[in-house]
Amino acid sequence: MSSTTGDAVLPTTSTPSIAVIETAGKKARKRLTSPWASLIAVVLAVLWTAPTFGLLITSFRPRADIDGTGWWHFFTKPTFTLDNYREALSSGSGGLGTNFINSIIITIPAVLIPISLAALAAYAFAWIEFKGRNLLFVCVFALQIVPIQVTLIPLLSLYVDAGLNGTFWTIWLSHTMFGLPLAIFLLHNFMKEIPRELIEAARMDGAGHVQIFFKVLMPLLTPALAAFGIFQFLWVWNDLLVALTFAGGTPELAPLTVSLANLSGTQGNAWHLLSAGAFISIAIPMVVFLSLQRFFVRGLLAGGLKG
Amino acid sequence: MATVTFEGASRVYPGSERPAVDSLDLHIGDGEFLVLVGPSGCGKSTCLRMLAGLEPVDRGRILIGDRDVSDVAPSDRDIAMVFQTYALYPHMTVAENMGFALKIAGRPKDEIRARVQDAAEILDLTDYLDRKPKALSGGQRQRVAMGRAIVRSPQVFCMDEPLSNLDAKLRVATRAQIASLQRRLAVTTVYVTHDQVEAMTMGDRVAVLKDGILQQVDKPRAMYDSPNNMFVAGFIGSPAMNLLTVPVTGDGKAHLGDFELPLPRGAKLSGDQAAVGMRPENFSLTGAGHGVPVIVELVEELGSDAFLHGSVQDDAGSKDLIVARVNPQAPPAKGELIHLAPAPEHVLWFDPATGERVAG
Repeated sequence: MSSTTGDAVLPTTSTPSIAVIETAGKKARKRLTSPWASLIAVVLAVLWTAPTFGLLITSFRPRADIDGTGWWHFFTKPTFTLDNYREALSSGSGGLGTNFINSIIITIPAVLIPISLAALAAYAFAWIEFKGRNLLFVCVFALQIVPIQVTLIPLLSLYVDAGLNGTFWTIWLSHTMFGLPLAIFLLHNFMKEIPRELIEAARMDGAGHVQIFFKVLMPLLTPALAAFGIFQFLWVWNDLLVALTFAGGTPELAPLTVSLANLSGTQGNAWHLLSAGAFISIAIPMVVFLSLQRFFVRGLLAGGLKG
Repeated sequence: MATVTFEGASRVYPGSERPAVDSLDLHIGDGEFLVLVGPSGCGKSTCLRMLAGLEPVDRGRILIGDRDVSDVAPSDRDIAMVFQTYALYPHMTVAENMGFALKIAGRPKDEIRARVQDAAEILDLTDYLDRKPKALSGGQRQRVAMGRAIVRSPQVFCMDEPLSNLDAKLRVATRAQIASLQRRLAVTTVYVTHDQVEAMTMGDRVAVLKDGILQQVDKPRAMYDSPNNMFVAGFIGSPAMNLLTVPVTGDGKAHLGDFELPLPRGAKLSGDQAAVGMRPENFSLTGAGHGVPVIVELVEELGSDAFLHGSVQDDAGSKDLIVARVNPQAPPAKGELIHLAPAPEHVLWFDPATGERVAG
């Protein structure tokens, strides 16, 4: 009957399985570290990076060189100029500079609004009992099935009716709507991973929903918020369809993507502007990704529970 | 400080017919240490969670002092809980963990610091106040979980198997610490465990639950000496009590092999069988005809004690097993036929049909 003695489980013979894993691991390591594997990896990496690298070099070459020879001629006859960037930033209506600012104005609220709404919704779905919770959650999740192309025209007419047309609100709201189902689903799953006892302990300590949300859950959810933040940021920053639909007619609202598309369309093959424009548009996502990736720390929950 | 009273408290989980806790009536005195014990799934944790407010009370009510708290939010019950998994906030330091409840309550910073410091001294945690839980050992985390409860100086402590994640040695040491700490603070405590050793050693009183129904509440010693029914008899004590179901003849004698044990006067059985309960320590070796004939199958030597496992020999080819404590200096050999005489004053009699104790 004594559970103190009952707990003493004899060590089972686990040595053979460990040995198997070890040899399998060795085999895998051997295969992966073989020179052939390394060679394939290097080839893949080069193939993958070459176009981007070529684009980068092109963006620094004078227009005449770009039109005359391929980017690899840069190595035999190096010519370097910043004119492309200068021209790209000032070309068109107001130049890419305005569009760059527009992109930032569009992206920041279009990331923050869905994250805050989704975090609140996810909390309710994960930790508040209410009637029809599961059905509602399935419905929200199912919204992802609707292709956004289907919604564009009805949305546009709704915006026109509401008098929102020609403002940033059309783009902010659209990105919020399209981002919410996935955001709620992702954050809900993260919140469910947090052990129930932690919430209960906070309730016993006298915390209400708001305090549990901000003081207990939010610090533990930082990786999830950062992850979704990066996804949503890249999606909004690189989006052309939504921006073209709702801001295509008003150049003063258009983000970088729209004017980049126009660059290639209206001026034929303006390679020198396109390549520079592409790198202007890459700059911010790079910064965001590098600065947010430190939040992807694992094991944030470590130590809270048992020994 | 306060008393805790369960009045017909029941909890039925949605989608289940049988109540997890079935009209529990229990009164816990002020400053008392009550241990709820039972096998897993008996509803003991549900009881505790009902008291804490983490589970609703479907029928009946729960009072703390004279106040009906059945529908009061957990935060307003003035109860602190120690969880089995400790449930420390991983992103806070030890001091922040312990002071969280006070911070939520809006207490001034000086007071929080002073009370956390006091609790840390009691629990020997002063050196770890600035650490995060992940930098602590299992035992230290357990103490932080205790500290979080102590800091609040609540009316009632609820402890849900707080020792089950510690290793065996630490568990024994912490067991004694918690018991003495509780006596010092004199806070009414409800402690849930599946370990009857913890129940016996820690509690002022022990409540045994089975299938959501309270079987018996008593002081540990009284529970050990006079269990109400066969379940409590078998659950309390280690090794468990020997419960042999044997035929009783018309002359009021129970037959264990060729050994006859007279049924006490006044004992009423519903059939012609009786369950005889004998603790392993209440046997003595004797000669043929004076005790239960047993073939020794195994002797467990623990140093201070030796426990003999044997099978009862009778004409009907009984498969009954019996455990007896024997002299560790000279234990019988395996395969030997011995005779075990139970001390008559310690023999308990149960009706196997109802499980209730009828005599002894």
